Amino acid sequence: MSRAGQAPAPIRPTPTPTQETAPTYTEFHPRWYRPPISTYWWLGKSAYVKFILRELSSVAVAWTVALLLVQIRAISRGGDAYTRFLHRMSSPWMIAINIIAFAFLMLHSITWFNLAPKAMAVRIRGIRVPGLLISGPQYMAWIAISAIIFAIVLTR
Amino acid sequence: MVNKETEPIFWTLFSAGGVVAALFLPAQLFLFGIAVPLGWVHAPAHAGMLELLQSPITRIYLFIVCSLPLFHFAHRFRYTLYDGLQIKHLNEMVFAGCYGVAIIGTLLAAYLVVTV
Repeated sequence: MSRAGQAPAPIRPTPTPTQETAPTYTEFHPRWYRPPISTYWWLGKSAYVKFILRELSSVAVAWTVALLLVQIRAISRGGDAYTRFLHRMSSPWMIAINIIAFAFLMLHSITWFNLAPKAMAVRIRGIRVPGLLISGPQYMAWIAISAIIFAIVLTR
Repeated sequence: MVNKETEPIFWTLFSAGGVVAALFLPAQLFLFGIAVPLGWVHAPAHAGMLELLQSPITRIYLFIVCSLPLFHFAHRFRYTLYDGLQIKHLNEMVFAGCYGVAIIGTLLAAYLVVTV
């Protein structure tokens, strides 16, 4: 793109610079050096792989919500629809997908709770509260909520 | 779209959805996706589930558990595509797709819990 050796273009007044004519005044702008990055850049380091897996956990979140919506619809449609729903959920493929999705949900929960003490540095009298005191109650709440969900559903 | 003014809204929805997803979704998926299909626990009877579903608290709970995590998904998945696949040129389409799923899912959840 270098125009070295050529005489500089005469400066003409350009009353309305459009997208086609705009680059004329950036002639001596330094070129950016941006090395191309592979789409698989995150495969090189375990921390990067963990980051991408954590980010992909959002797919499992959406999947779980989709299943919940199907379940709500099946229950409100009646006993037959609910039986069909239970039958579909027990196909081997469905169970396999759900085990993988559950692993991703666990990854999301654990990384999310562990993130909280890093995101908010609570100080009491100038001393930083240890991370365990912030993430600990969240783990407790998680266990309690899960137990309550199990209890409510399984006593029906 | 996302700019300086709207970014906090999207981020708050992402954050709130992340908390809800972390606390409630593993138990839900474990129960109906793994434990019941594998026969570890008995499937709850339809009558009991319908009665549970008709209670106002359950409806509010299910609406929150369905809607907020979808906005969490929309934000996070958008950036996964952005960072992972480097498809910056498709940004607008990815944005519309992700938040479209979240909005449609939320409307569907509202419809389903109202018309139980």
